[in-house]
Amino acid sequence: MTNILKMGPSPHIRTSETVEKVMYDVIISLIPAFLVAVYVFGIRAFIVTSVAILSCIVTEFVCQKVMGQDISVFDGSAILTGILFSFVIPVNMALIYVIIGSIVSIALGKMVFGGLGHNIFNPALVGRAFVQASWPVAITTFSLDGKAGATVLDVMKRGLPLDGALLEGGNQYVQAFVGRMGGCLGETSALALLIGGIYLIYRGQIDWKMPTLIIGTVFVLTWAMGGDPVMHILSGGLFLGAFYMATDMVTSPYTPKGKIIFALGLGLLISLIRMKGGYPEGVAYSILIMNGIVPLINRYTAPKKFGEVKSNEK
Amino acid sequence: MRFFGFRGGVHPPENKLQTENMPVEKLAAPKMLYISLLQHIGSPLDPIVAIGDKVLKGQKIADSQAFLTSPIHSPVSGTVKKIEEHVFPLMGRIKTIMIENDGEETWAELPKIENWEKADKKDLLAMIREKGIVGIGGASFPTHVKLNPPADVKIDTLLLNGAECEPYLNSDNRLMLEHPETIIEGIKIIKKVLGVETAIIGIEENKPEAIASMKKAAEGTGIEIAPLKTKYPQGGEKQLIKAVLDREVPSGKLPSAVGVVVQNTGTAAAIYEGLVKGTPLIEKIVTVSGKAIANPKNIKIAIGTPFSYILDKCGINRDAMDKLVMGGPMMGMAQFSEEAPVIKGTSGLLALTKEETNPYKPKACIGCGKCIGACPMLLEPIMFARLAAFEQWEEIGKYNLMDCIECGSCAYICPSNRPLTEAIKIGKSKLRAMKK
Repeated sequence: MTNILKMGPSPHIRTSETVEKVMYDVIISLIPAFLVAVYVFGIRAFIVTSVAILSCIVTEFVCQKVMGQDISVFDGSAILTGILFSFVIPVNMALIYVIIGSIVSIALGKMVFGGLGHNIFNPALVGRAFVQASWPVAITTFSLDGKAGATVLDVMKRGLPLDGALLEGGNQYVQAFVGRMGGCLGETSALALLIGGIYLIYRGQIDWKMPTLIIGTVFVLTWAMGGDPVMHILSGGLFLGAFYMATDMVTSPYTPKGKIIFALGLGLLISLIRMKGGYPEGVAYSILIMNGIVPLINRYTAPKKFGEVKSNEK
Repeated sequence: MRFFGFRGGVHPPENKLQTENMPVEKLAAPKMLYISLLQHIGSPLDPIVAIGDKVLKGQKIADSQAFLTSPIHSPVSGTVKKIEEHVFPLMGRIKTIMIENDGEETWAELPKIENWEKADKKDLLAMIREKGIVGIGGASFPTHVKLNPPADVKIDTLLLNGAECEPYLNSDNRLMLEHPETIIEGIKIIKKVLGVETAIIGIEENKPEAIASMKKAAEGTGIEIAPLKTKYPQGGEKQLIKAVLDREVPSGKLPSAVGVVVQNTGTAAAIYEGLVKGTPLIEKIVTVSGKAIANPKNIKIAIGTPFSYILDKCGINRDAMDKLVMGGPMMGMAQFSEEAPVIKGTSGLLALTKEETNPYKPKACIGCGKCIGACPMLLEPIMFARLAAFEQWEEIGKYNLMDCIECGSCAYICPSNRPLTEAIKIGKSKLRAMKK
């Protein structure tokens, strides 16, 4: 009998997409924001991001070894978590806090659920929430060009004029858009984040409706609640959250309708926390809260099937 | 002609360039033919010849009294050498009649119905069965049963499937280019059998010459040609009905529920050949392709020819071959042996290299939802894989698993290469077992 040929179920061809390509596409899209971070905050930005990436990779390696899983630390997801975590903390935060936050992001944000694809909450934001609870002062200490101060959101929350905020001179909106303002490492430049976001939409990695709805809803609601809508959408982690965190495939709904509900819910929560809640910034907590509701959203937004017969028609 | 399209679907690389301009080449039958006794959807046949019998070309050699069956005929004149289990391209082994070809090509008496316009519908259906005609598209459903829906079912439209949406394949395409008149004549016969006025041929736009060829052949006949946007799986019958007529076949029902019967263009031609020329279904047009084949081509070959014979004739590089697939790459069957023979449902033979199969070790599901966007039946394949992994068969049924047409679009598009088609096939067999 001749040798047995390779069998297997159809299809026998597959797309060239891989998990690695998806992850590295997102990493590439974050390069503009990273470059702005180094330009605005100096070499320290590069150090913080590198430390975060390294800590994430090592943590994932150790966890996978302990859990008996295949080592996949270079599939891009740990590197991406490291970058995103570094982007949501102030550049001058002590490196030891950066390391601990990265470890928490990977270990408690992802690995404890079973690894890639199994986590409920956005890992980078789990790390940030941990750091915020543990070292609340460190995570809200911002500076620009060597002098400390309050961010634009801080100042708006307290009803003070924008001149007191960490914002470069010149047209305030332009500076906020370009990123010459105080804030977390990677969240300041709406422009750079937008460029990366457009790249991701072009590559088919994210659905354009999600970030558009989030930003649009925040614009409308902050305006309705008496705030400065343009300054609101240009500051804080809104663009970062809208394009890179809310769109994280693992922690956002997979149904088309679900994604829309998720975006609207996020816009609402962010606006409420910023305008009515106790914190000046609401993106991180809003995303974490919505992450928790995702399984419910998925269950109730199933697409209408082809030829579906309504139960009373049967 | 309005085009309504269908939601979902994917765009795998077409790979049709290698063979779309190659005229069908008739390949002589080999020394031994292996006629499998199940070449249709339904029950296996019983041989009506014995070992040692001499048979003529076109002579009936196996039949059955069971309802869902279609007889099989010898593709050559020769002697019956063995009747035993042999490799079967649809998995495993099955009882097979092995005929030694005497090379004479002596035909049997071939009854025909040349004046089909005057014939009775009953007689036409009986002859369609007698000639062993089954759906040429690949599923091989007995045609005489499909064209005879129950009396209470009203059919108003005949749709012809000239989509050929699978990559690599060109067999339907070449037939439409080389013998369009046989298809048109066959359509006329089917129209009479079904008693319909409207016949529409759907052809994907990646075959512009075929569209032109069929338009010309259909002039003055009232048969319409509907060009279709190229997207896999446009050739799925439910997708075809949706795209051309904007009718959605209800879940769990057949196309007859919306007044439509779908037939492959090749089936129409086979009906013409069978009834008017008397030729039973004994040969197939097969596209032989894949990067491991040095000379890809379209061949006309006798049913029962082992794949190894065909591969050798087309310059196979066995070291480069990763998988041998019968049919198209999206829904075809990977073969475990080259000794499997051509059957009525064979329209393609692909020797694919690793470059084409692109193997990738499966990773965890990342919840991207691309499978949901790709599904032409608008299901949630993401849940099929997850529920199957935890063996939640009752739950999986609630997600309309039985509506899945197994087109493979979800598995194709998955970045993590999740075992979606496996989950679906196992899930379906579990659900069927539960129903019993």
